[in-house]
Amino acid sequence: MKEAFAGTLESGDILVRIAPAENKGLEIDLESTVAYQFGRQIKTVITETLTGLGINDAKVTATDKGALDCTIRARVTAAAVRATGKDVWKD
Amino acid sequence: MQRLRRTMMFVPGNNPGMMSDAFIYGPDSIMLDLEDSVTMAEKDTARLLVYNALKTIDYGQTEMVVRINPLNTPYGKKDIEAVVKAGVHVIRMPKTETAEEVVEVEREIEKVEKEIGCLGRTQIMAAIESTLGIVNAYSIAVASKRMMGIALGAEDYCANLKTQRTQGDNPNFGMELLMARQMIVVAARAAGIDALDTVYSNLNDMETFRREVEMIKALGFDGKSIINPRQIEIVNDVFTPKQKDIDKALAVVAAIKEAEKKGSGVIAVNGKMVDRPVVIRAQHTIELAIASGVLKQEDIDNE
Repeated sequence: MKEAFAGTLESGDILVRIAPAENKGLEIDLESTVAYQFGRQIKTVITETLTGLGINDAKVTATDKGALDCTIRARVTAAAVRATGKDVWKD
Repeated sequence: MQRLRRTMMFVPGNNPGMMSDAFIYGPDSIMLDLEDSVTMAEKDTARLLVYNALKTIDYGQTEMVVRINPLNTPYGKKDIEAVVKAGVHVIRMPKTETAEEVVEVEREIEKVEKEIGCLGRTQIMAAIESTLGIVNAYSIAVASKRMMGIALGAEDYCANLKTQRTQGDNPNFGMELLMARQMIVVAARAAGIDALDTVYSNLNDMETFRREVEMIKALGFDGKSIINPRQIEIVNDVFTPKQKDIDKALAVVAAIKEAEKKGSGVIAVNGKMVDRPVVIRAQHTIELAIASGVLKQEDIDNE
């Protein structure tokens, strides 16, 4: 795994950075305009998306601008595909 | 009554904010774009965004269309796999020039549909954006039973034609596109599918936009590709039958029913001869009025 980004800082989007883990497990560092209300939910979506892709060790840094769950899933998946080089679609 | 396709709103496939809000404005179709509005570096992320949006967001009755990248790019096949799996209604092919290209896209769609068990679910529409495409318009329109419509893409077409689009202040406004538009409508009608016009991109000139919509409606188009929600109201206004047209259509249909009872074919309404084409037009007006919500089926049944 190498460091990779996906997403933007526009309203309704989320910028996700994935890097090799320094420790075991998923370490998620989240900055969000709606962290107080949705911080836990956002972290849950990030965790579920990554474990669904078989990624259990990584350092994730996310800057959220009010993204919907489907956008978070898309951005996390895109960053993971870029970080691992394994696409979810057939070549 | 078939589906209304007065407005097909373009939404960039890499803009989640616009993708989640687009249906609020009530376009008949939403076209999420993976092609020209997405840079090469973001094709992968846009594809995932569109896939997740289609799977998650409730777009209600809106028809969902995705414009894919051509199959001769590294992105086309993956685009098809993603959007078919996400349950898109229609795949819009850009820059279509031959019937073979449609067949090729159909083959890719079929592969994915077989894999997930939904054979025949996805429709195709083709945007024709070159002189060769215009020449082949009819064979493209009938290339697959999945074809639901053909559309004109004027910018590339004009470049290919070695001309430019005329502006609203030009007395010959729209002249350069006349033949292409007529070819599209004639090919679509002959194939029994829909005809959609190109975008008008100057949002500061709504007057010219309205003129263009009136012109393409007169040419026979079913609707227009649009780039901004502000354009929806004007298109709907132009395409919705006016009350006097509805009244006239209802009178024609009522008179023909009456005539059929008496066994006569040709009749007169308000002193004008009414024959088969007039009745077909009247029925079309009534269908459009019902679909646009300005006339109810009960109102006709009670006549």
